[in-house]
Amino acid sequence: MNVRYSSIALALAAAVLLAAPGMRAASAQEPDIPPRQHWSFAGPFGLYDPAQLQRGFKIYREVCSNCHSLKLLAFRNLADPGGPGFTEAQAAAIAATFQVTAGPNDQGEMYQRPGKIADHFPPPFANDQVARNANGGALPPDMSELAKARTYERGFPWFIFDAFTQYQEEGPDYIHAILNGYEEPPPGFTLPPGAQYNKYFPGHAIGMPKPLSDGQVEYTDGTPATVDQYGRDVAAFLAWAAEPKLDERKRLGFQVFIYLIVLTGLLYFTKRKVWHEVKQT
Amino acid sequence: MSAHSVYQPQSSVMKWLERRLPIAGLVYSSFVVYPTPRNLNYWWTFGGILTFMLGVQIVTGIVLAMHYTPHVDFAFDSVESIMRDVNYGWLLRYLHANGASFFFVAVYAHIVRGMYYGSYKDPREVLWILGVILFLLMVVTGFMGYVLPWGQMSFWAATVITNLFSAIPLVGDPIVTWLWGGYAVGNPTLNRFYSLHYLLPFVIAGVVVLHVWALHMVGQNNPTGVEPKTAKDTVAFTPHATVKDVFFIGVFCLFLAWFVFYIPNYLGHSDNYIPANPSQTPTHIVPEWYYLPFYAILRAIPNKLLGVIALLASIVLLAFLPWLDTSRVRSANYRPLYRQFLIVFFLVVVGLGYLGSQPPEGGYVIAARILTAYYFVFLLVILPLLGLFETTKPLPNSISEAVLRQGRSAAAAASPSTAAHV
Repeated sequence: MNVRYSSIALALAAAVLLAAPGMRAASAQEPDIPPRQHWSFAGPFGLYDPAQLQRGFKIYREVCSNCHSLKLLAFRNLADPGGPGFTEAQAAAIAATFQVTAGPNDQGEMYQRPGKIADHFPPPFANDQVARNANGGALPPDMSELAKARTYERGFPWFIFDAFTQYQEEGPDYIHAILNGYEEPPPGFTLPPGAQYNKYFPGHAIGMPKPLSDGQVEYTDGTPATVDQYGRDVAAFLAWAAEPKLDERKRLGFQVFIYLIVLTGLLYFTKRKVWHEVKQT
Repeated sequence: MSAHSVYQPQSSVMKWLERRLPIAGLVYSSFVVYPTPRNLNYWWTFGGILTFMLGVQIVTGIVLAMHYTPHVDFAFDSVESIMRDVNYGWLLRYLHANGASFFFVAVYAHIVRGMYYGSYKDPREVLWILGVILFLLMVVTGFMGYVLPWGQMSFWAATVITNLFSAIPLVGDPIVTWLWGGYAVGNPTLNRFYSLHYLLPFVIAGVVVLHVWALHMVGQNNPTGVEPKTAKDTVAFTPHATVKDVFFIGVFCLFLAWFVFYIPNYLGHSDNYIPANPSQTPTHIVPEWYYLPFYAILRAIPNKLLGVIALLASIVLLAFLPWLDTSRVRSANYRPLYRQFLIVFFLVVVGLGYLGSQPPEGGYVIAARILTAYYFVFLLVILPLLGLFETTKPLPNSISEAVLRQGRSAAAAASPSTAAHV
């Protein structure tokens, strides 16, 4: 090995790696990094906590659903395995509390009826224009995929470690942070009309007014009724809404791993046996 | 390659078939008694892995196609319905999406192997060129597949990449309109991408047949780069290479399973879970990770047309490696200078990949320009000159000599008493 050339190569590689993260101009608009939360569904064996999903659903129903749709979910999903653990009867009862547009009927008219278990969650606004008009020009995004559609910049080298530590909860961490990130704008920061200051939102000016305050949603199981806890619960619910098959995926994954490890081990010893005599000559 | 035994059908049925279609004989001579160098290392298993991954992608893809709707209004929701309502739909989709990434992991390993051991040199030029064609087909197929979920990144990646053709003088804009089937990326674009995404894998399969055919014509290269001379230098493909390939496919599947079951969205972009919105551009449009080095080269060059030419050249130049590399020694193990420059080249490609993921501003652009310069200087200047000036190490007389020498030094290292004498 030629020492001179390899040290040049290493120096070049190191220079690129070290220089790169510092090269972007630091911006005052950079949002704060969301603090990491503890999630029951993190890691290779982590599953959803049905009680937490039920609390999160309560918050969605009482607060978020006034502006945010959840159109990819049906009421039947509330009774699916690996979800909030409602019974089918409970899911049907929940569906009946929502008014759903159906039709056309025999007269060709659309009409309102109580929701059935097979119905999807009805949107709070008839269309995007109505939604914008009711929210000062801002469009509240659909929440079905929100926990997978939101993230924050992990940066080098953290994104490499994430592949090994299986950190996949950037979305829920971000949602929890946003709900807890409302504060007074720092001096000199001018907010556009109608916007709020949120330290975790990119650009800091968020269209959504602070949605939750302590004690707003009643918990019956003794869980503290704080914004911090609300944020965690609703983020967990949205994580489930975005990835409803997570429990099934991790259970099957473990079985696949056991199978593959045994199979690969057997193949390794077969390979050694086959090649043993070749190595001798 | 004609020294090995010929297939002798035993049963009367096989005798009957063999007289009419000698397919069993073809399989026997190509995948059973086919002589393979005995000193191949695990870098040689990626050919088998790539064939396996092509199969995985075609099988999962065909089932996904049964549930997917190629229409701008329904594509996003149909993918979500696969994830939510189709039995094991989440598994099929995560296998297919991560499978594409692992397909590229395997092809990059395969290319690195070919470059390190000089597998493109005489008489394997056609084999190598077919490989570059396969890589190009994979790039196009992968790109079109990424567009199908019709998320924000799908839509904007399609817009950015198809717009590259507008850099062509005079006919650029008509070509882009023709590609789109309209005046913007829309439903006709999605439809034709879907059609081609379904077609191209079978074109790939066809070129793979040619690739394997060419391989079996010239035989495999090996870590010494010295051609097999006697029967002692080779072993039969089955069971030796077969069991080794299958074992390593198992190891490869463990890595794939880690991503599919535990971090299925790690390699994707969160913006692609937002439905495509032509009136809202994402803050940073980035392609999938396996295109990032080429994306960095494209953006490193200030002129659009030259950038597109550089992007194309960065791949097409690889097809000319057999003639750009003037050295007669194949393996980098016997070419000390080439080995250094090549390892730097690989690091440069990784560095370009990182820069491709970052916004094109400030120091990132300067770094990308330096690395792009090395990419082309290596291929166009260093490679041709090295062959003329480099002093190579002495080659072993045969593969078995190299294997035995290695075995002896390993035995010496393992025994402290002999090591003391050295």
